[in-house]
Amino acid sequence: MLFSAGGVVAAMLIPIQLFLFGLAFPLGWLDAPSYEKLLALVRHPVTRIYLLILCSLPLFHWAHRFRFTLYDGLQIKHLDELINIFCYGGATIGTAVAAYILWSIP
Amino acid sequence: MINPTEYQLKSYQARLSTYWWLSRWVYFKFILREASSVFVAWFVVLTLLQIRALTRGPADYAEFQHWLQNPLVLALNIVSLFFVIFHAVTWFSLAPKAMAIRLQGKRLPNLAISAPNYVAWVVISAAVAWIILRG
Repeated sequence: MLFSAGGVVAAMLIPIQLFLFGLAFPLGWLDAPSYEKLLALVRHPVTRIYLLILCSLPLFHWAHRFRFTLYDGLQIKHLDELINIFCYGGATIGTAVAAYILWSIP
Repeated sequence: MINPTEYQLKSYQARLSTYWWLSRWVYFKFILREASSVFVAWFVVLTLLQIRALTRGPADYAEFQHWLQNPLVLALNIVSLFFVIFHAVTWFSLAPKAMAIRLQGKRLPNLAISAPNYVAWVVISAAVAWIILRG
């Protein structure tokens, strides 16, 4: 069920986040929040939990979909063990990295 | 002794071209939807880099912001935005198929299930934007 949860999180939250930080701020359409304000926001425990969910669940969603893209899209079913390790291992490592980065915010 | 495997028929397997998904629009749309997951993963990488830069101090964060203005990164983010919106729309329009709700014996129309999803999407996006933007 990590797949569906990740799909929902990715659908609901990623478009607005990516629009703001990836486009609107770099292109100057909107004023980016100052360094201090953003750091204060990220430091908040609720934000940290939010960011962990935002990073972790979509990675598992990616793992599931990408696995089947490799299976069906490229017809390489015979490599399934390797693909599984790459996809789910990648999502697990990504989650661990996210947890570490969020934990080590001063 | 006869080796049974020797006489076993090989099951027939149709060979499918590696590019089977280019032959029809629905197949292509399916692959586009699956490919959106790669851009979802890219977003996660981007977000983690941003938090790390934020943690390292104002100079690192300024450098990160500058990097976001690089035309290549901008182009990648525009393509990613297209894909994540594609993912969101296909995800929401899938919801009525995943949960067929019956009310008084009649199946609830698709719109009755997908519309609340879109409303939630708008409300959540506005809330996230408000929290990030409030001065």
